[in-house]
Amino acid sequence: MSPETKPSFLINPEGLRIDGRRTDEIRPIELKVGVIKQADGSASIRQGKTYILAAVYGPRELHPRHLTINDRAYLRCVYRMATFSVPDRKRPAPSRREREISMVIANALKPALFLEDYPRAVVDVFIQVIQADGGTRCAAINAASLALADAGIPMKTLVPAVAVGKAEGKLLVDLGDEEDKYGGGDVPMAMLGTTGEITLLQQDGSFAKEELVEAMGMGVTAMKYILELQKEALKRAYAKKVAIEGEDVDEYEDDLETDLGEAEIAGEEDE
Amino acid sequence: MGDYSSEVISNIDRDYIAGFLDTGKRIDGRAFNECRNTEIELDVVAAKAEGSALVRLGDTAVIAGVKVLLGEPYGDSPDKGVMMVTAELPPLASPLFELGPPKEPAIELARVVDRGVRESEMIDTAKLCIEPGKKVYMVFADVYPLDYDGNLIDASSLAVAAALQTAKFDEYKWEDGNAVPTGKKLDLPIQNSAVEVTVSRIGRHLVIDPSLKEEMVQDCRLTIAVDKDDKLRAMQKGGGSGPLTLDEIETSMTMAVDRAQDLHKLIKETIKARKKK
Repeated sequence: MSPETKPSFLINPEGLRIDGRRTDEIRPIELKVGVIKQADGSASIRQGKTYILAAVYGPRELHPRHLTINDRAYLRCVYRMATFSVPDRKRPAPSRREREISMVIANALKPALFLEDYPRAVVDVFIQVIQADGGTRCAAINAASLALADAGIPMKTLVPAVAVGKAEGKLLVDLGDEEDKYGGGDVPMAMLGTTGEITLLQQDGSFAKEELVEAMGMGVTAMKYILELQKEALKRAYAKKVAIEGEDVDEYEDDLETDLGEAEIAGEEDE
Repeated sequence: MGDYSSEVISNIDRDYIAGFLDTGKRIDGRAFNECRNTEIELDVVAAKAEGSALVRLGDTAVIAGVKVLLGEPYGDSPDKGVMMVTAELPPLASPLFELGPPKEPAIELARVVDRGVRESEMIDTAKLCIEPGKKVYMVFADVYPLDYDGNLIDASSLAVAAALQTAKFDEYKWEDGNAVPTGKKLDLPIQNSAVEVTVSRIGRHLVIDPSLKEEMVQDCRLTIAVDKDDKLRAMQKGGGSGPLTLDEIETSMTMAVDRAQDLHKLIKETIKARKKK
């Protein structure tokens, strides 16, 4: 119910944004893998004040059966916001917005997966927004991609995502809530970590063509950084698990990198 | 042990869990009246919710968020605000939860937790009135399980109690037929506290705070809401149709009152530690 007021500026005279960031600076991101014990794979993301959980179940039997795809698994993404995640209470029933975002998230993740390995099955990706403060669909993709890796679903690559937008004529990376609401445009995007191909692209607001091309370039730079954060989070989760099994592991097990399509790093073996 | 990703549980697992109780032990090594490690984390949704709490009960995790809105009072209580608990069982939290509108288990969870808050008169709804018959505060406490390893009711009731007791909301006053914000933040009018404690009957044994595996073999459960003066404010027998003897009910009540005292202390200490921050 907290009444939201429009800030008097989005970029201050020194060129800094409302939360003190530079225009090309993303919010602090905290990624955790394996946060939900009941799930086959899970991850959480805190990106600024945005807080999202993602859980993966499967591959498992698909219900209802009429959704079955005979030559590959069905990827079912469900993006939901908690009633208390937004300033006004969100009605509990799924909204049109949530349904559309679920669909574009599925499309963003699909190209990274070997779904043909599991014909007729389903891989469920459940995303729960606990606190929404801008950029939730991109943050959701960042977490969902990690949860899929945690579940051991065969993947070509991780999928980082970020939104680039515009306020007061300047391009801004990783829009916060106010920048999204009162700014001049929003371009959420996601890419395949290995090839850089874009798997999510949406836009609102008004951009010149050159502006949009520049925005996408800034997005790709930010996503490359987020990809590194995702890899770090996976390594943290799995290096810890190895240590629990009683071996002396000071460093990360680098052979994990091969699973992420990072053959060149796999050369540096642990002693 | 078997795979619990579907509700079917084999007779071998059933006999194993129940037979273990005959030797005086529970499968996770707890005593019959011993609860799992219980933690409350406050203000997990600090930027958007008026109040919020995350409760961990062993591997079960539940988040409760409080929203305070303005609305019209109900016709039969024009001078009282509205308090409501709702719950979902999101498929994120367990392979047992399915997509779709809330089914009976989610509705039971919401209603049992709601009854604990309502019947204990935790919130003085008379103080949630802005203008009788026109505008009142509506308090929603919404429950989202995040990880389901049994006993959602107790975890949810604790999370809701902690979230309500730490909620802060914008004050409104009535001026020329409109509710206008005063710019002040208020605490909810808390006049009591209640927590729910669930005891499960498996065979002729009573165990407190059942884990998921125990819930799957239980004959029934009894949930009891206990307020801070050890008064019982609500009960629900559910989780199966197995009957209870009067002795079993009395034993369950004793177990519940003991546990509730610990939980009230935990809420108090958690809120106290938060104030120091």
